[in-house]
Amino acid sequence: MSTLRLEIVTPERKVFDKDVNMVVVKGVGGDLGILPHHVPLVTPLKVAPVKAKIGNAEEFIAVHGGFMEVRKDKVVILAESAELGSDIDVIRAEQAKERAQHRLNEKQSEIDHKRAEAALQRALTRIQVGGH
Amino acid sequence: MAKGMREIKRQIKSTQNMKQITKAMELVAAANLKRAQTAAEAGRPYSDKLKEVVSSIASGGGGVKHPMLQTREIKRTAYLIITSDRGLAGGLNSALLKRFVDTLKSKHKSNNEFDLFVIGRKGRDYLKRRDYPIKQEEIGVPDSPKFAHIKSLASAAVTGFEDGTYDEIYLVYNRFVNALSQIPTVKQLLPLDASALEGASQGPKADYEYEPSAEEVLNVLLPKYAETLVYSALLENKASEFGSRMTAMSSATKNATKRIDELTLTYNRARQAAITQEISEIVGGANALV
Repeated sequence: MSTLRLEIVTPERKVFDKDVNMVVVKGVGGDLGILPHHVPLVTPLKVAPVKAKIGNAEEFIAVHGGFMEVRKDKVVILAESAELGSDIDVIRAEQAKERAQHRLNEKQSEIDHKRAEAALQRALTRIQVGGH
Repeated sequence: MAKGMREIKRQIKSTQNMKQITKAMELVAAANLKRAQTAAEAGRPYSDKLKEVVSSIASGGGGVKHPMLQTREIKRTAYLIITSDRGLAGGLNSALLKRFVDTLKSKHKSNNEFDLFVIGRKGRDYLKRRDYPIKQEEIGVPDSPKFAHIKSLASAAVTGFEDGTYDEIYLVYNRFVNALSQIPTVKQLLPLDASALEGASQGPKADYEYEPSAEEVLNVLLPKYAETLVYSALLENKASEFGSRMTAMSSATKNATKRIDELTLTYNRARQAAITQEISEIVGGANALV
């Protein structure tokens, strides 16, 4: 089975760097599955888990926004922050989720609402990734 | 005489204490410098990649226009000044701030023409004392800063450019050359220099497809790219701070050593003089008895 290289880079470090068989991401235009020899592509990403398939195994990485660059045999994801499942504190994420939901239920200005929504999305992504 | 000697002894002791401190600070700064340099290198792949993609879109023709790539008439300017929180780093901050204030005075007639975004306690205190308009400040940034620490400040400045509050943004920081030399730099952050970007893309140029469109991608990428530039300037300023502190403390230690040597010499002379005097007093007394 042919592979492609998946790199996930943040301003602080390289989070992920492995050969994988398939990458599944959530782009701003919808879900994308990338197989080797994909046409070169650039797209911004949503805050969502990135799934990497290696053989029969699957790995999940929480990617908070950023964008993806696809080349023939390489996928680079640039994000302001990204975490592997093993680095995530699920309990903290659960707490963050509850806080965000609580704030969403209150009446408030538009900016606060947006901020709470973003926080909720981040917490959900973390929980999803951390739970695997 | 004995009293003078005690005085000198005290001075030697206090200089020795000072030397211990400067020596320790030098070692700590050296260790931090190494860490800061590693951090600056770790961030390079990210900014290089961003630059590559941005330049391949910008130079890809297709008439992609974006406000961040275009110069417009300058009515209001924002400055992002990066200084350190702590002093004892030689002339690092003062050289930078002096350079910056000179630039301000030569470019602007009144304080209403610009806003300042300040990182670091030293710069904040200096500029506040001189009544410059500080829009936002960020102090207490740790020695190994994370992107999150400056995100709000950087995006506030970049958003200001996007919505037209500012027509240009400058970045003021110390460029790190090596441990011995740091250059105070005033660099234009926005609008991005499209010609510099085009020169940056080398190697095989991939013909990308953009999802949903080149403009949309650029809309997301350019603000990120600008923020990344701020972050790497912060990392570089940190490295400069430690480099400068290391050199300053090393010369302070050297001075202390020299001062201790001088004082020891003076002390020994005084001691000898006291003994000689005592002997001549005894001899004089004995002679008088005979």
